[in-house]
Amino acid sequence: MNLLPEPLIFNVSSPGAQGCSLPESDVPPSPLPQDLTRKHLGLPEVDELTVVRHFTRLSQKNFSIDTNFYPLGSCTMKYNPKANEVAASHSGWKSLHPLIGDRYSQGALELVFRLQESLAEIGGFSAVSLQPAAGAHGELAGVLIIRDYLESIGQGQRKTMLIPDSAHGTNPASCTMAGFATRTVPSGNDGNIDIKALEAMLNDEVAGIMVTNPNTLGLFERNIAKIAKMIHDAGGLVYGDGANMNALTGVFKPGKSGIDVMHFNLHKTFSTPHGGGGPGSGMVAVVSKLADFLPGPVAVKQGKKFALAMPPASIGRMKAFYGNFGVLVRAYAYIRMLGRDGLRRVAENSVLNANYLRAKLERHYPLKYKKACMHEFVAMGNIAPGIRTLDIAKRLIDYGFHPPTIYFPLIVPEALMIEPTETESKAVLDAFVEAMLSIAQEAKTKPELLNAAPTTTPVGRLDEVAAARCPVLCYRP
Amino acid sequence: MSIDAAARYAESHEYAKLEGSLVLVGISDHAQEELGDIVFVELPKAGKLLAKGQVFGTVESVKAASDLYMPVSGEVSEVNPALQADAGLVNREPYRKGWMIKVKPSNICDLDALLSAEAYGKSIGEA
Amino acid sequence: MPFIPNADSDRLEMLASIGVSKVEELFSDIPSAKRFPPLDLPKGISEFEMLSEIEALAAKNLGAKGKAWFMGAGAYNHFIPSIVPALASRGEFLTAYTPYQPEVSQGTLQAIFEYQSMAAALLGVDVVNASHYDVATALAEAILMAWKQNEDRPAVYFPSDLHPEYRGVVETYVSSFPIELRFYEGDPAALAIDERVACVVAGYPSFSGEVYSLGTCAEKTHAAGALLIVQADPHVCALLESPGAQGADIVVAEGQSLGNPMNFGGPYLGMMGASEKLMRKLPGRIVGEAKDREGRKGYVLTLTAREQHIRREKAVSNICSNQGLSRLCYDKAHFAAERIAQIPGYKIETRRFFKEFLVSTPIAAEAIFDRLLKKDIVPGFPLSRYDASKDNKLLCCVTELNSKEEIDALVKALAEVTP
Repeated sequence: MNLLPEPLIFNVSSPGAQGCSLPESDVPPSPLPQDLTRKHLGLPEVDELTVVRHFTRLSQKNFSIDTNFYPLGSCTMKYNPKANEVAASHSGWKSLHPLIGDRYSQGALELVFRLQESLAEIGGFSAVSLQPAAGAHGELAGVLIIRDYLESIGQGQRKTMLIPDSAHGTNPASCTMAGFATRTVPSGNDGNIDIKALEAMLNDEVAGIMVTNPNTLGLFERNIAKIAKMIHDAGGLVYGDGANMNALTGVFKPGKSGIDVMHFNLHKTFSTPHGGGGPGSGMVAVVSKLADFLPGPVAVKQGKKFALAMPPASIGRMKAFYGNFGVLVRAYAYIRMLGRDGLRRVAENSVLNANYLRAKLERHYPLKYKKACMHEFVAMGNIAPGIRTLDIAKRLIDYGFHPPTIYFPLIVPEALMIEPTETESKAVLDAFVEAMLSIAQEAKTKPELLNAAPTTTPVGRLDEVAAARCPVLCYRP
Repeated sequence: MSIDAAARYAESHEYAKLEGSLVLVGISDHAQEELGDIVFVELPKAGKLLAKGQVFGTVESVKAASDLYMPVSGEVSEVNPALQADAGLVNREPYRKGWMIKVKPSNICDLDALLSAEAYGKSIGEA
Repeated sequence: MPFIPNADSDRLEMLASIGVSKVEELFSDIPSAKRFPPLDLPKGISEFEMLSEIEALAAKNLGAKGKAWFMGAGAYNHFIPSIVPALASRGEFLTAYTPYQPEVSQGTLQAIFEYQSMAAALLGVDVVNASHYDVATALAEAILMAWKQNEDRPAVYFPSDLHPEYRGVVETYVSSFPIELRFYEGDPAALAIDERVACVVAGYPSFSGEVYSLGTCAEKTHAAGALLIVQADPHVCALLESPGAQGADIVVAEGQSLGNPMNFGGPYLGMMGASEKLMRKLPGRIVGEAKDREGRKGYVLTLTAREQHIRREKAVSNICSNQGLSRLCYDKAHFAAERIAQIPGYKIETRRFFKEFLVSTPIAAEAIFDRLLKKDIVPGFPLSRYDASKDNKLLCCVTELNSKEEIDALVKALAEVTP
């Protein structure tokens, strides 16, 4: 890790320096509109090598999958094959204009069509739209589909969405955006949805339920079929949050078990590097009665040709053009390389790796729900007096590991949510276990080490309160 | 944790305290503790008419942004100017320098509908 | 097994530690009738075979490479300097998560802070977030943000001459709220703004390339207590006065043209900035300066309490040291427009433009498109693809990649098209 301070790019600006070369103009200059001509731009002026060194040094201040184990729960930080990058950066895609027309983009449309078919098969759904640009975006599309479907069958009064207390924070936000009020369904003692409590909440204002399965505790919702039947009998729809699909590929088809609409985080399960926060892709999949409501356009096959079409009762567009095509190419490449057997292995090994860590750690980091997990599990970090989960997380950094997700889900106090993914070897998992055990020991004998951590990084813990009270959000000369 | 015995409380944790003819409004010590370090408070302009239960502002901590609800109906007659520069006053002195707005109540009986200090204490699990 | 490192012997050891004999036992919570369903997909193929397949699919498209390319309409064919992919593809940036652990994410955080600073300078605003999926979603969120400032005002003035796909996205986003889009034609300065209006949206330039001064519109909008949202081309902002300097409260822009390929429409970069008074209303992620206990300066995600959705950001922007690129596009576009205007039967409809302008054509623009394509020229975007009533309209875009020779060839080919 690069510990040296790196100045802002503005501080290395040198007037007159050029970062890129432009061709000489071969046309006469044209007068600019006098009243509107800009006089001052205020961007840094930097030569190419300075730019290269600046950003390379900055990159060295990051943990990343390419450099570190990254067991962030619910984030599926797996290794993404470099071949995906090569496939996605083909010059034939990069120079392809989104409005060139169906006739001239048959290859791209064929890829999109095949990917739609593959994802529908993996999830057990009948139709798919690849328009949404991220998980939360797919979620919004999904609840809009529910809204429009209910209105189309004269059930527009159903304005309440039920959300389990273990759900991702984006679920209620998406509901608000779609005009639904939300009600929280409690979890029972086993970490699954409390069926009795759910039953009492059902009425003719309920639009549906949003279920994450496996849930954010890493547990499979065993009663999913029963829950779906209860909701359907009450006139609602079942939304599946597919954020945790990595545990289910080739293992379970949500669309065949009562889930009506679901988004997948394509960039997670189907392997696009996270990019420090994006881009992603959040396709949405539905059962047949909802297919007409999908966001569009979607790719369709007409004879031997492919075309884009808007579903007849579409909720509309979620973004300009056709989704994050670059992410779609990666997902396609990944599914092709793994095939039907490889996809099942992904789920099996992600679940195996998670359970191995769980078995090795549970005596030192207590679990709220002591049972086999799916692709992730939730432990607790308050293992010694004066020690909080945050301290464990920060100390892990000094051991060279990215911390797990912390303080989520909210229903587990001092949560440490650990998801190793299938791409990590036993050797890496063993090294992580060793670090965690060593930290557990330190928590009892040398707690000050944990409270002061991390000490091996470019900066220590930052004062986020001061940063939010008096925000400095831009360079000021 | 402290509960100002002279104030009355809404279930959403705002307090209302009669001061002369005006009602002083802020959030309880319990509420500020739950929120954690408060970084910003957004308040209405003086002169605004608001009904009981309407949102009069938001309070933002590092963890969460929460709406603030009017404990009584009335006209906002004064807004605490000190919070703009130092939102942390709400953490340090919620009942004194960390007050938020003064309201000219349209119906003084609104106060009676709020929880007493004792009842509020019970509702948040204080003995 | 590709991408799964553990050997069978490792797996057996791990199963023993867990206390089960087969991996299938770990899935016992799943009802057995639903467990391990058959997947009707082909078997996996090797990396080499996959890349050959991609190669074949990519060849079945018509790309900009090797063509005289004059099509824009929201996706722009600019040169991308080699250092952009070289730096953007560094694994330490590419394979890091959202920077929630600031101590091990200073690289991403500082790069975003620099992006915010440069984008704020370019758009002329005080604060910029990082970021949105594309400009269409940024515009939709900007409208919701403006409306939330004053929910008593339901109306949004929206230009008819704005990208139809952006409009479509806005319509999806506002569909759950009591917001009414009032469409207007022409110069936003001519609008009469009443107290029912929450905000005015203006293009800079409009979809057909028209560059209107924004100052008068900003004054009138503010006088009526409403907000001005401008959807800008970032390259225009390098050459002409920024929307922020002309009084815009919120500026959104498509960052694709700042070093990102056209890529069949995505991923792109939705930029959004605002004036300081709206700082705490801005959605999405924002990076701010912070200090650690030893007083060392670092960067953190800040104002996070209001973050609702996970959004994307692109940390790398194309640092262009001066206004040269924008000037080159401007000069070439005006040169091309003047020449096209001299061809009998053609007329330039856009009065003041930057790099894109609307041409009315003697025959259907789609027919011109087909004929010129045979000569390896893509002359522009036929508007009839969005609106069947606009048969004879061609939207032409000229960038630094179009040589004078290509412009000459376009003009010659257009002249040869006869009704």
